[in-house]
Amino acid sequence: MTARIGVVTFPGSLDDRDTQRAIRLAGAEPVALWHKDKDLKQVDAVVLCGGFSYGDYLRAGAIARFSPVMEPLIEQAKSGLPVLGICNGFQILTEAHLLPGAMLGNDHLHFICRDQKLRVENADTSWTSDYASGQEIHIPLKNMDGRYVADERTLDMLEAEGRVAFRYVDFNPNGSLRDIAGVTNEAGNVVGLMPHPEHAVEPLIGSGRTDGLPFFTSILKKLVNV
Amino acid sequence: MSRTPLDTVENAAATPDVELPWAELGLKKDEYERIVEILGRRPTGAELAMYSVMWSEHCSYKSSKVHLRQFGEKAPQSDALLVGIGENAGVVDVGQGYAVTFKVESHNHPSYVEPYQGAATGVGGIVRDIIAMGARPVAVVDPLRFGAADHPDTKRVLPGVVAGIGGYGNCLGLPNIGGEVVFDACYQGNPLVNAGAIGVMKHEDIHLAKASGAGNKVILYGARTGGDGIGGASILASETFDDAKPSKRPAVQVGDPFQEKLLIECTLEAFQEKLVVGIQDLGAAGLSCATSELASNGSGGMRVTLDDVPLRDSTLSPEEILMSESQERMCAVVEPDKVDRFLAICEKWDVIATVIGEVTDGDRLEIFWHGGKIVDVDPRTVAHDGPVYERPYARPEWQDALQADDANKLPRPQTSEELKDQVLKLVSSPNQASKSWITSQYDHFVQGNTVLAQPEDSGMIRIDEESGLGVAIATDGNGRYAKLDPYTGAQLALAEAYRNVATTGAKPLAVSDCLNFGSPEDPAVMWQFAEAIRGLADACRQLGTPVTGGNVSLYNQTGEAAIHPTPVVAVLGVIDDVARRTPVAFQEEGQLLYLLGDTEEEFGGSAWSQVVHDHLGGLPPKVDLERERLLGEILISASRDGMIDSAHDLSDGGLVQAVVESALLGGKGARLVVPDGLDAFTFLFSESAGRALVAVPRSEEVRFNDMCGARGLPATRIGVVDGDTVEVQGEFGLTLEELRTAHESTIPALLA
Repeated sequence: MTARIGVVTFPGSLDDRDTQRAIRLAGAEPVALWHKDKDLKQVDAVVLCGGFSYGDYLRAGAIARFSPVMEPLIEQAKSGLPVLGICNGFQILTEAHLLPGAMLGNDHLHFICRDQKLRVENADTSWTSDYASGQEIHIPLKNMDGRYVADERTLDMLEAEGRVAFRYVDFNPNGSLRDIAGVTNEAGNVVGLMPHPEHAVEPLIGSGRTDGLPFFTSILKKLVNV
Repeated sequence: MSRTPLDTVENAAATPDVELPWAELGLKKDEYERIVEILGRRPTGAELAMYSVMWSEHCSYKSSKVHLRQFGEKAPQSDALLVGIGENAGVVDVGQGYAVTFKVESHNHPSYVEPYQGAATGVGGIVRDIIAMGARPVAVVDPLRFGAADHPDTKRVLPGVVAGIGGYGNCLGLPNIGGEVVFDACYQGNPLVNAGAIGVMKHEDIHLAKASGAGNKVILYGARTGGDGIGGASILASETFDDAKPSKRPAVQVGDPFQEKLLIECTLEAFQEKLVVGIQDLGAAGLSCATSELASNGSGGMRVTLDDVPLRDSTLSPEEILMSESQERMCAVVEPDKVDRFLAICEKWDVIATVIGEVTDGDRLEIFWHGGKIVDVDPRTVAHDGPVYERPYARPEWQDALQADDANKLPRPQTSEELKDQVLKLVSSPNQASKSWITSQYDHFVQGNTVLAQPEDSGMIRIDEESGLGVAIATDGNGRYAKLDPYTGAQLALAEAYRNVATTGAKPLAVSDCLNFGSPEDPAVMWQFAEAIRGLADACRQLGTPVTGGNVSLYNQTGEAAIHPTPVVAVLGVIDDVARRTPVAFQEEGQLLYLLGDTEEEFGGSAWSQVVHDHLGGLPPKVDLERERLLGEILISASRDGMIDSAHDLSDGGLVQAVVESALLGGKGARLVVPDGLDAFTFLFSESAGRALVAVPRSEEVRFNDMCGARGLPATRIGVVDGDTVEVQGEFGLTLEELRTAHESTIPALLA
């Protein structure tokens, strides 16, 4: 038995097929979900992938958040469905208030694409259990609007509750407050980050490392063991 | 331009003396007279609009056609070529049932007028060419040339161009894997913004731009048609810039990458369901081009109702609709019983699609507006029978003096200290410095198949996950070499791109080119153009790599001063298993460094002569294409059989540039020994062609040497990968830190 993991395609999604590949390489079964779907086809988890949903001409993720598929997703995420938001997916999750904070334009005002060093700060979420807490990994980063912001109280709360899931190491690529690269919700089932683990799942390809694969093996283990 | 009453065909026949604005539309008097002769009457306003854009230099190749024929006449025998010159893009067989289409185009003038949109829509246009062949686009590359790096206007143009390419390409989800960035004062008022794209399909999915089958429907889909880009091809791309004329910004199109992304997905879905008989993208000359090309390449005629074109601006005249270059539009020919399904797919992707006409069994292209017939032409006369010019050409008077001004006689460094200073000066000069400030603004990871991307010698994409089949692409061009000798310069561009593909382990298969030159009305420029084509065609034949298509960009000059002749050549290669690819970076300490090929005193057009002496003169390096082929074969074999762990081509900047790049990328230094028979300066800075630097694991040394020896390729052991210093024994040493600072801080300091 394996897990069925949905990948939503919004108009303007770019990494949907890459994410499906990563899920497959981890041993799970990817299920394509369409933004107009009104149900989640009984998947065990969902990934919102990177891209520029609806062109992101308004504010990244602001329109996608109101897509039909988001309605069941928000509802089920609140009751424990594991959801991973990568880049645009992270932006959508903050717009949907499943995760706290918001993303602004990079402080240097340029798109940035690089192999980014991160520290896994929380290895207890549904998507990070195959990492060790404090482990440093390299994951490709590519975005225009990646500057994570939240008010001081929220940031303090996230720190206190261990909900800063990933932090940029050595170099903050976009001006994110407290070097935050990703966060989790309280229950640990909803995780969002700006870097792209689906681009680090095969040697030779992309960054040439497989540091991103544990995202997908973590969720698989969790789902199959349950 | 709209007149009352409507300028129908009948009206035109009845009012032969009406004056039409042919000159304002960029036509010459004899060209206008020719149109009248073809039609047997004066053209209608709409017909004039169509002829004016389709007969522009940009669309008709009227000045270049007589020379471009050589690419066909001298084409080498190649089993790989599936679709050649003349279609939207050439198609090459890469094995395992896959076909690859690729092409490079220019968007030079728009990018100077409006850098962001000009460059963005350049990406959009080339990507639509790729889709129109039936392929999924898998990567883009961008060869760019700007004015002097420290000129204030470069700071306006370059960041806009880079942001435009990134903004569009990143949003389409296409990895940007290669290209070049070159600075030279000759491009000050005329930057070269070339854009290339690669697409992949199965052989059976190849589509062509033709409208066949009477009764089949013509569907326009994608963005609505607006007033942007009117006359882009005729007015902007086909004339020189002149400060006295009004701003040409309205002739630049505005891009919407989101719309294009939807267009890609919905087109590919329609292809998958085999709904499309013929397809054409709307780029230069918009609907004029799409309708006349589809009709003239098909079996019959075409009837179009212009009223049905969805508009962004309801006040547009029919002439404007025909000339508009609004982006993100495509035109498909679909059998009647498949129209519903086609429209449904478009609706799924929220793409507007409208039946605007049908294929007829006649041989005319007829266009209607408000019930009146405003166009009635033989589409071939619009699309293919444009004027052909035998422009006069003559070797410029200054060519001899330029070649006599020998760079080999320039003062050379006299001491080790001077040599070291010049090395630092070279690797930190804008042209030789790291371009990561630019390339980091492009997504090179998306699609999850990127094996190599800049600053590697060629970009490489995996196209089959099971077998590891991949393709590589490199683009190169050196305007300084071509200025000294256009024939050789064009061959050197091909040789370098060919070598760059081979150093990564891929076998070069085919060529596309983007030929950037000044005004064809200048006999000196025309000579450069003719020589460059002759050189390129000869070299393609000798290397067995056919030209599959490309683009000519003329009128690249401001006032009297033309740019350096700049043929940019793209070579596409194939590699059976991307796991065998060879990167630039040094991999392991202790590996042996070999210099392949012969090094002579060749400094004409070199980076050294530019950086140290601000000099351009003499002759470019000699070309030996048989040597290039042999070098390529050795590099490919060595890569396949695991005899080398890194490889880097030697071109501008010579050996020292290659060593520094490989060292910095690998984070490992090198100890070099100047070989017998060479002085340190020539060893480090010469730009002799047909050379590469390779790192050989000690266990492979004997086998590698035997292979080179048996096949007659000079291979000289010049050192070892070692430590954190690049050291030239007996001369100087530079730490990686010093080199990194020199190499990586120049571009951000100038542009950030």
